[in-house]
Amino acid sequence: MGFATSVLLGLAGLFALAWVLRAGARSILTGQSRSIANDIPLTAAFGLLVIAIYAAVAIAAPALAPFPEREIVGGQFQAWSAEHLLGTDRIGRDMLSRLIYGARNTVGIAFATTALAFVVGSILGLWAALTGGWLDQVLSRFVDALMSIPALIFSLLLLTIFGTSVLTLILVIAAVDATRVFRLARAVAQGIVVMDYIEAAKLRGEGAWFLIRREILPNAMAPLVAEFGLRFCFVFLTISSLSFLGLGIKPPTADWGSMVRDNATLITFGDVTPLLPAGCIALLTVAVNFVVDWQLHRASGLKES
Amino acid sequence: MSRDVLLKIEGLRIEGRSGDTWTEIVKGVDLTLHKGEVLGLIGESGAGKSTVGLAAMGFARDGCRITGGTIDFDGIDLRKASEKVKRDLKGARIAYVAQSAAASFNPAHRLIDQYCEAPVVHDVMSRDEAERDAIDLYRRMQLPDPDGIGFRYPHQVSGGQLQRAMTAMAMSCRPDLIIFDEPTTALDVTTQIEVLAAIRDIVRQFDTAAIYITHDLAVVAQAADRIKVLLRGEEVEEAETRRMLDAPREDYTKSLWAVRSFARPEQPAPSGQPILSVKDVTAAYGTVNVLEDVSFDIHAGRTVAVVGESGSGKSTTARVITGLLPPKRGEVLFEGSPLPPALKGRTREQLRQVQMIYQMADTALNPKLKLRELIGRPAQMYLGLQGRALTERVRDLLHLIELDPDTYIDRLPGELSGGQKQRIGIARALAAEPKLIICDEVTSALDQIVQEGILKLLDRLQREFGLAYMFITHDLATVRAIADDVVVMQRGRVIEQGPKAEMFAPPHEPYTELLLSSVPEMDPDWLTRLLAAREAGQTPATA
Repeated sequence: MGFATSVLLGLAGLFALAWVLRAGARSILTGQSRSIANDIPLTAAFGLLVIAIYAAVAIAAPALAPFPEREIVGGQFQAWSAEHLLGTDRIGRDMLSRLIYGARNTVGIAFATTALAFVVGSILGLWAALTGGWLDQVLSRFVDALMSIPALIFSLLLLTIFGTSVLTLILVIAAVDATRVFRLARAVAQGIVVMDYIEAAKLRGEGAWFLIRREILPNAMAPLVAEFGLRFCFVFLTISSLSFLGLGIKPPTADWGSMVRDNATLITFGDVTPLLPAGCIALLTVAVNFVVDWQLHRASGLKES
Repeated sequence: MSRDVLLKIEGLRIEGRSGDTWTEIVKGVDLTLHKGEVLGLIGESGAGKSTVGLAAMGFARDGCRITGGTIDFDGIDLRKASEKVKRDLKGARIAYVAQSAAASFNPAHRLIDQYCEAPVVHDVMSRDEAERDAIDLYRRMQLPDPDGIGFRYPHQVSGGQLQRAMTAMAMSCRPDLIIFDEPTTALDVTTQIEVLAAIRDIVRQFDTAAIYITHDLAVVAQAADRIKVLLRGEEVEEAETRRMLDAPREDYTKSLWAVRSFARPEQPAPSGQPILSVKDVTAAYGTVNVLEDVSFDIHAGRTVAVVGESGSGKSTTARVITGLLPPKRGEVLFEGSPLPPALKGRTREQLRQVQMIYQMADTALNPKLKLRELIGRPAQMYLGLQGRALTERVRDLLHLIELDPDTYIDRLPGELSGGQKQRIGIARALAAEPKLIICDEVTSALDQIVQEGILKLLDRLQREFGLAYMFITHDLATVRAIADDVVVMQRGRVIEQGPKAEMFAPPHEPYTELLLSSVPEMDPDWLTRLLAAREAGQTPATA
């Protein structure tokens, strides 16, 4: 089938481009960045390239999209044509334009959410492990209590209380995710705080912030980075589920998750268009995990396998 | 030596991988071992001792490969032998005793279950016979409660007992050859004697051949018939033990012998106020008192060695001084004024004055920080140095510890050798410009030659900066080399204290006597004499 072939060709092209760019970087760069370029595996170069393309598309969305995000510009469910490259959706908006704007909304929100969850969760987790005692007990039991409520129901509850703006969406999902990050960071850090170099730093009179930032965090990076890749993908799922329930990204704002659902009926007619936003999510998660694997490899010092 | 040859290794070459390149780490070593003979294999770390030891079983570590030579064990060519043949040999005819018995035993099974595994698998004995045999061997190894000890788990017995249980286990199939890889290195001097005597007896009783790998000459002199010295994968020389000790031929061997000769000149008697006084300190973990009425002084420019076996409260004393463990009673005075008991109560200036160097440089240095930050941080924090002044200070400190600043300033600890890491620990302590440095077993994880370098460095720095050291150690050879005053501790109490000359001259407290007499000497008959003397209940004369 023509579609499958073009997808395969597209992926092969991205890999080839990543290879060319890596070779280019090796010949241009010097010093530290040169050695990174030498070490980087092809998969990670591919991942970086894909992420860069997504970022460029997200930033330049208004310039790239042929039509506005929310305007009805044609009939319902039009087929792929020269004017509407990927056809139109349920109420006649241009699919390609909405895909491009979707990058901005979905990826932006997912990234902001994951980053926030990690900053809050890991700092609190490391702090709890470092301080121990009642602070650790209070934080950990509070987190246990939060985790005992099913995540989706808890998010629904919070969103109902605080309303459904993009900002509350980010804050709520980050809060729920931060509990998982907290547990991981705390567990990892508990193995680190018993090391002699932490004792040495305490004897030196270092404050908690320095200990967390310079002594513990660099050693806890590997598992945290791995978890980041995983959480990032889960956030897409959460946003899509919430959108489905009408509490996520609200129409008419373009969101990949809801675009799949809205146009799902087309699949029964053998049209692949609804799979495109899903494909965009899949490609990005694969790319992010390629990069994360590479970072994990570097952070854990596994120079060879 | 007209006995049959058991193991013959010729022209052994082994390569190790680092990154993508293979480097030769054993460069053509020959080795002949007769039945019932004990060969001592010595050298500093990286000499290829353990690699040769493993090769004697036909094995190479992960990341290593045997590239040349022949290994002939009783007519079997181990290089060509299949994995199955080698597996059958291992345990049944060749056994291996590792340095850390604690890491070699499976913590989830009882000792006797692990003992019985090999004889039952190799069809040497039935389970019942094996259990009876185990108890017999535990008795021969002079383990306490031989009937019951096998039914304990590894964590329920002490390190020395575990090492003996490990040796008993290696004996379970009555092998022809046992390879001992540093079996006593991790033990206290007093425990080391027991293990050493047990190993020697059992090997003689069963007429087992053995390869004894160690970096401690005095230890190997007690057990081995012949000694082979290795240096960077090559043989330096090999000779019968007595001849080797009396008349080493090569310069390198002579330098190994001379290591323990470093001694600090006598210091004038202390005068004036001590830098640090520990006064009647009693400290506890929970309700258990681990220190009882500990008192001693440390004077400027002097080294106080605190000795005792593990669990005697040496390191706890350091924790009280640094403020990590506030004492229940008593106080610590710094230059006459009391230090706040807890770390939090101390000022930055008080913290700066007392610095600490740790035993394991591996865990004492943050593996993710470059030397620039590791050493620079105390200078930045206590002395407020910034930017170029800070870099200059770090470079000066690297010079002081004899490392080239241009090469090392941006390295990570993982890129250094053990001795270099310990030097970084010293530089970090120096960066604070303290008056007192607590050295907690700083040399015990290092080779003798590297130890020597560290001790000389500490000595030079002491004279240069007038530092006082509190030197925690269980190694009396080190004490003899560098201490001015000695404090002997046992079970949380100070047993005896005084200037070194007094401490090393009789009469001694019984416990001090035991510690002193347990330090191995470079004399093949030392252990025999010592055991005979202890048997007879006498106190042997010690130098």
